[in-house]
Order: sequence, then C-alpha cells, then structure tokens
Amino acid sequence: MRLSNLPKGTPAVVEHVQDTHASDAIAQRLRDLGFVPGEPVRVVTCGPWGADPILVQIGSTRFALRRAEADRVSVRQGAGL
Amino acid sequence: MSEANLRVALVGNPNCGKTALFNQLTGARQKVANYAGVTVERKEGRFTTPSGRHVQLLDLPGAYSFDSASPDERVTRDVLLGRYPGEAMPDLIVCVADATNLRLHLRFVLEVRRLGRPVVLALNMMDAARRRGITVNVPELQRRLGLQVVETVAVQRGGARPLIDLIGLVNMEASQTLSAPNPETLGKDEDLHAEVRALLAATVAMPRATDARDDAIDRWALHPVFGLAILTLVMFLVFQAVYSVGKPMTDAIGDGFAWLGTQAGAWLPDGPLRSLVTDGLLGGLGTVLGFLPEILVLFLFILLLEESGYLPRAAFLLDRMMVSVGLTGRSFIPLLSSFACAIPGVMGTRSITDPRDRLATILVAPLMTCSARLPVYALLIGAFIPMHRVLGVFNLQGLVLLALYLAGIAGAMLVGWVFKRLRRDRGEHALLMELPSYRLPKTRDIGIGLWERGAIFLKRLTGVILALTVLMWFISTFPSPPAGATGPAIDYTFAGYIGRGLQYIFAPLGFNWQISLSLIPAFAARETAVAALATVYAVSGGDADTAGLGHALAANFSLASALSLLVWFAFAPQCMSTLAVIRRETRSWRNVAISFGYMFVMAYAASLLTYQIARWFT
Repeated sequence: MRLSNLPKGTPAVVEHVQDTHASDAIAQRLRDLGFVPGEPVRVVTCGPWGADPILVQIGSTRFALRRAEADRVSVRQGAGL
Repeated sequence: MSEANLRVALVGNPNCGKTALFNQLTGARQKVANYAGVTVERKEGRFTTPSGRHVQLLDLPGAYSFDSASPDERVTRDVLLGRYPGEAMPDLIVCVADATNLRLHLRFVLEVRRLGRPVVLALNMMDAARRRGITVNVPELQRRLGLQVVETVAVQRGGARPLIDLIGLVNMEASQTLSAPNPETLGKDEDLHAEVRALLAATVAMPRATDARDDAIDRWALHPVFGLAILTLVMFLVFQAVYSVGKPMTDAIGDGFAWLGTQAGAWLPDGPLRSLVTDGLLGGLGTVLGFLPEILVLFLFILLLEESGYLPRAAFLLDRMMVSVGLTGRSFIPLLSSFACAIPGVMGTRSITDPRDRLATILVAPLMTCSARLPVYALLIGAFIPMHRVLGVFNLQGLVLLALYLAGIAGAMLVGWVFKRLRRDRGEHALLMELPSYRLPKTRDIGIGLWERGAIFLKRLTGVILALTVLMWFISTFPSPPAGATGPAIDYTFAGYIGRGLQYIFAPLGFNWQISLSLIPAFAARETAVAALATVYAVSGGDADTAGLGHALAANFSLASALSLLVWFAFAPQCMSTLAVIRRETRSWRNVAISFGYMFVMAYAASLLTYQIARWFT
C-alpha cells in the first residue's frame, strides 16, 4: 500500500521508498529524512484542497508531502517495530 | 584577522535552533552577505571566550543531509570540507541538534562526523526536552558517538554557556583524533538509520513522540475550515498593521524630506544645484527611506510567523492552490506582502528553499497591486469613473478598483502558468516540508532579523535607487527651457523629448505625449506619475490639488485613454526600486530583463485591448 492511500490516523510502517526514475532526488531525500524500512508512520491530516498535501508523522517529526511524493513510499498497515 | 582566531562553523538540520544559538553567541556583532557566486546567505559573527580565545563563528545554511544536496546543502558541505572557493576550512565544527527531534537530527550528526573533521555536538532546546519529559544520557551518547556533547538552551540567557566553555577549552589535536572517521560508519543510508536507532535506544527516553501542545494547536491551525479562517484573520491583521502603522510613517518621511527640500531650497541660490539638492537628492532619499517603514512592519510579521513556526503551516494550507499556477505554498506570504510593496515581497522569497520556485515567485510578485499604485488609481478613477450605484449596493468606482486588483492577481496566475509551460526545468520539485514545533519568538532573534533586513535594504539598495532617482531628475530638468518659453519646463527637457518619442509607441494605447512623458518619472516611483501629470498640465495649486488635476485630465483625454492607462499601471514594469531588488536577490541582470520585458509586453497588450475595445463603446 502506498503512503498516499493510507487512511488518516492509521498506524503503519515503511516498507520501502521507490525511485520513479533513475537517480530520483526526491526518493533519496525521503530516505534521508527517515523514510527507511521498519520506521512507523502515520498520516496526521490532509490539506484543505483535494486532500493535498498530506501531513505525515515519522519519528517525532512532521513532514508535509504532496501526494506525488507520498506515492513513492510503500507502507504496511500495523504497529511499528 | 589575527592568527589566534579560531574558526568555528555552526551546522545542523533546519529548525534546530542554530540561528538562535548564533545570535546568543555573537549578539549584534554579525555580518550578513552572500557566498561568492550564489544567493545563499552567509552569516558570520565574532565572540571571545572567557579563556581569551577569539572565535570567528560562521552560521552555515541548515541541511538535512549531504547526499541529495540542495544549493544550501552543497555550500554547507563544501565549506566544512574547505572546498568552497574563498572560504577557509573551519577549525572546529559545532553540530547543533534539537534534543526533542533526535531521530532526525542524529542522522545528520553522523553524516557530519563522517567528514572526519573536529566536531562537537550541541544538544539544543534542552528546556523543551525537559518539559516534555525527554531524558538524554549525555555521557553515554558522548561515549558512543566519540564526540564531546554539551547541552544548550539557545533561547535562554546563559543557555549557550556550556558551549562557550567547551569552545574555549577544546583541544584541537585531541578532538581531531577523537572524531577520525570510523570505517564501520561509512555505510549506506540504512546503516546510518540503524546506528541512529541503536543510539536512541541506548541513550534517549522519550515518553511521547510529539508535543501535546503542537498537536492541540495544529488540530485548529491545519483544519480545512478553521485553519483557513485563522490564516485569513492573521493576514487581515498584518495588513491592518501595514496601513495603520507603516503607511503613516512612510507619508511622514515623505513629508519630512519635502520640508527639508523647501528649507534647503531657501538657502541655496536658484539654479541647477538647488534643483539637484531639493528635487534630486532629497526627493530621492525621501522615496528610498519612505519604503523602509512598510518593509520593517511587513518583515516584523514575516519574522514572527517564521519564528513561531506558523509560516510552514500557512504554506501547507495553500500549497495545492499555488501549485496549480506554477508556484508553491511558500510563495503565498511573499506574494501577499507584495500587495503592500513588492520590495519586501521579493526579499521575503528567501524563505522559499527551492531555487526554481523562488524565481517564479520573484517574477510574479510585482504584479500584485502595491500601495504606491493607489494614488494613480485614485486620481484616474476619481476623474473618469462616475459614482454610479451598481445593483443598488456597489459603487462603480469601487468595482473598478477591485477589478484592477483582480487583474493583477489573474495576471500573476497566467504568468505563473505560462512560466510553468516554458521553463526548461520541467522536473518535479518537491514540497517535502518539515512542520516544526511551535515556539514563542524571542525579541532578540526578531530584532536581529529586522536589523538585517533593514540594513540590506539601506546598504545595498540606497545607492542604486538614489543614482537612478538623480538620473531621472537630470533628464526631467535639462536642458532648461529657452528664455521666453511658455509651455511647462519639462516639455523642453530630455524627458520631454523621450516622452514625445514614446508617444509613437504608446499612441495605439490612446496615450498622448503628456501621459507618455509622465510614465518616465513613474518609473522611479509610481506615485510620482500624479505629480508629473500635474506639472505637464501646469495645474495651479500643485500636486496637492488632486481635484483640480482631475478636472484638467477629464478635459484633456478620453475615457478610453483613462481606462487604458489604469490597465497599464496594473501590469507595467515598475518601479525601478523593485527591479533593483530583483537584481540584488537573484544576482542576475537576465532576470531583471525578463521581468521588465514580460511586464512591458503584458501591459502593452492589455492596454491596447482595453483602449481599442473601450473606443468602440464610447
């Protein structure tokens, strides 16, 4: 399941971040920011227009991601490690 | 620069409180400039430790990592490695980490440690960590990292003391061996994260992942309905302040310089020198300094919003809307500021981290109707638009004014959209924006920030704007009219010739030579178009007598010309101070040319259309 489809407030863990093309800087940045396998994530809220961007909690940090960015992150529902 | 100076660089993630720590350490002894060749801001300060060591402190741009480097992050990495041209390699790196957000920040600490340079770690925001019941086993963290670790509270008096003492005593040789790169840690992303997890498990106890206070505020501030209502209210308050505090001060400065001009005029003999001092120099200074109050009031609010952590929330709420016209959520505040004045708007784009998004915002910012256009609008609307009631409640004059504002916004949307289609870099540019914890802004940080913005404006721009103003004065004063001349003096000057030349270009827009001529001083500052028109029509009572000028205009040109001129002012490339700021903020004359060029074409086309259509109906 993709992070962009994760329902609001549902606990999940990151499976992996997918590159949409070779040397995808955005995917690399997501990994740098802590979107690595096994990390617990949660969608906190969504933006007012078209539910975009989404606000994602990872660790103790909150990031606003556009849907196209969140599409790169595969997650598995359920509590973290 | 003595040899005893110790060069120290502050690095850390964005939002780690690094700049507050920098302010705490150096106070007002700071120098702000740009790194050679790029628009990344360079901040340097000095202080002396109690042990007598002179420290030269560099505040490097915030960075999340060195791998997927943004321009800021590249500068940070290259300076740390001594590879940046013209920058000496720092002797000591102080890595700052937010103690409440160690999962993210420790990863960067590990990246910095990998550089193999002498590093110490400052665990900042220890006050917030304690309040939230977060405990850090500092000796254990120090042992596991192999780095010296101190606790700091950047926003508290004396909160940087442990760091100052450490910098004063740190033995460079020893710390160098201490932080030599450990071959085992040179692995990939996942290894870094695994190491962070191990460090956290061994040294940090965190009762709750987030601050309950932040969660409570965000429930309202990011709510789809209440969030937008709060944002509207905040913006309303900002504008109220600009118009009730900034505008009167601007007017007072203008009046003050006009008075000074009169006084100086009484002292100096009649002639070119008097004219240069009163109209050229003092008039120009009045214009430049007149921008300052509005800039400072706007920046006060921008800094408050930024320091408190609200700015990224506003960007979150509006991102989708702004993306649809080729901008980003972060463009919103600078664009809104441009409704008061495009100068703080363009300067405010520094909060947009992505260079492409920043440039797009800078290019459309001057299309927002700034307050200097109001006197021109007021004059023309008052003279040509009747006070009709429309649908019983609306005033036609008000509706025309509203239409001009909306035309600017629609123009900006169109331009944003067109740039999105035209630009070479069509790649996806990420939002990926951290929403930091809410914080109470500190007076010192706001004060230093305001001081910096004011100083940048005065130091870097006064010269350019003043020079251009004097040039404007020169072409509208010389040559002086021949003896026995009857027409207005400006008619015989270079500006007069240029105006007559320009009328061939502007005739299809319905502009006569007087209007064409008034466009020249309007380039210095839009509001001077009114004074210029008063001069050419030789209205008795001077520029204060707007009603008299209105009558003169109504008698001299048609409604179609007036509408065309209004539309021209909505889009025209003005003023030159804005262009000077664009040059300064983008370091490129090409962007100035693009900005001037597209606005000229757009204004010309829109005015042409307006004039030709309006002629049909009138």
